[in-house]
Parts: sequence; structure tokens; C-alpha cells
Amino acid sequence: MKPDSYYQHLLPRPTTPARLLGGLVLAFLAGLLFALGLVLSGMTQPAKVIGFLNLAGMLQGEFPGRWDPSLAFVMGGAVLVTLLAFRLTPPNARHPHRRPWLGSHFELPAQDRIDAPLLQGAAIFGVGWGLAGYCPGPALASLLLGSPEAWIFVPAMLAGMWLARHLQR
Amino acid sequence: MHSYLAAALGGILIGLASWLLLAGLGRVAGISGIACAALREHGGHAWWRWTFLLGLVAGGALFAHWLPAPELPARPPLLIAAAGLLVGFGSVRGSGCTSGHGVCGLGRRSLRSLVAVLTFMATAFLTVFLSTGPR
Repeated sequence: MKPDSYYQHLLPRPTTPARLLGGLVLAFLAGLLFALGLVLSGMTQPAKVIGFLNLAGMLQGEFPGRWDPSLAFVMGGAVLVTLLAFRLTPPNARHPHRRPWLGSHFELPAQDRIDAPLLQGAAIFGVGWGLAGYCPGPALASLLLGSPEAWIFVPAMLAGMWLARHLQR
Repeated sequence: MHSYLAAALGGILIGLASWLLLAGLGRVAGISGIACAALREHGGHAWWRWTFLLGLVAGGALFAHWLPAPELPARPPLLIAAAGLLVGFGSVRGSGCTSGHGVCGLGRRSLRSLVAVLTFMATAFLTVFLSTGPR
């Protein structure tokens, strides 16, 4: 007996080879686009990131002084788009059965507690970001630029991730 | 192009890339989460993380070739290694980085992510202030 078509959308979507391959290509394109955004915006230039984090530079000379506010526009532009994305795309009360084009279901973070690991982790992350001017995306996007810095930063970052996972247990 | 305009356009592209991943695969584009899970999870359903990272690394090289950045004076390798360790540790302990909590978390209007962003911005500002001093 065929399942009632009304309930079709509730069944797990089978993974066909075409859908799997399509998903891999889509993820590759998303990575490319993400990298273009990082490079164009200046996020892959540690000096620019540190120039943005150097708030005290505002006091030197006429506003904005030596402070480089441009990276605020990166976050502003990106969040403007994701505010739309997360409003329009995932399932909601009116459309509870939406599915992604190629994936089986939406997998969004469910955790909403503000707990000690969140605050500790974010605080530690900020110290590292301020020290070198790299966060994970730009560091990975800089791997093939010929500079040795990313090749020091990325393995250290993976080691830090490994350490954090093992402390959680 | 003015650097503010380039920054805003770049930001919009980062947002669109996150939207593409959300609409296509139903996933949040958090780079630290993707990198960490790529090394841990196996099987066909996890391969997309590797192609995403491949695109990120290849794209970084490709586009930096077209839009070259000024050369940096060399910095102590130990400083870079310590920074990498802190960034990796902090992003896993805090469940996200600039993309996961910043770009996507704020887009989802998650209070948890807002708190994380304000926290890492504060410690990053403080770190730069203490390490460079008023220049």
C-alpha cells in the first residue's frame, strides 16, 4: 500500500546519489562564495582585523583616527542577509514541513542557555582573535596564500579544538 | 573601491553563502563547527563539510590572487601558535566563532549568540589594547 500522500512530507527523505552529489557541489560553491566575501571584505588581512579591534586608536587624530571601522560593515552586511535568510527559509508555524533543497531536514542549533562554557569559550576565543587577528574562516581561507602564518595557526587551532572536546568529557 | 563599501559587499556575500548552505542543506555556516565535525564525523552525510572547506581554502587562494592584500611584517610564530590554540579551544568550548555566533547566530536572533559575540568582542578589544597599547 502506498503511504497516504498527505503524510509524505513527514517521512525521512531518502538520500539518492544525485542529491548527495548535488549537496557536495552546493557546499563547495558556498565555501567559494564565503571565501570571496572574506577576501573582499578584508577579513583575511590580520592587520585590518587588529586595526578594527584597536578601539583606542579612535582617540588618535580626527575621528575615526587610527581605528579602522570597516569590519563593522562586514558584520552588518552579513547579518542583514542572514536576518532575512533565517526568517524566510527554515520551517515556521505557517510552513512547518519545509525541507532544504538537497538535505533531509533543517538542523539548527537548539541550545539557548547562556552558561559558563559559553562565556568562558567566547572570552578565550576573543583573546586568541585579538592576539593574531585570525578567526577560523579567514585562517582556513589563507592556507594557500604562501604565508607560513596560517600553517602555524590552523594546526594549533585544531589542537585547541581537540583539547576542548576532550575536556568536555 | 572604498574600504567600507568593499567590507559591506564582502559581508553581504558571506551572508549569501550562509543562506545558500541553509537553503540547500539546512545547515548553519559556522566555520569552527564545520571544521571540528569534519574531523569527527564520517559517512556520506558528512562529506559536505569537506567540500565546503575545500571551497573555502581554494576560494581564499583564488580571490586573494585577484585582490592582493598588503604584505605583513613577520610576527613571532609562538604568538601565532598560542593564538590558534586559544581560538580553537574557545570556539569549541563556546560552541561557535565569528561566523556561527556572529553571522548566523545574530541572524537567528539568538540571545545566546548575542552574548557570545559581545563577550568575544570585549576580550578581543581588551587584548589588542593591552598588546599594542595606544599607538
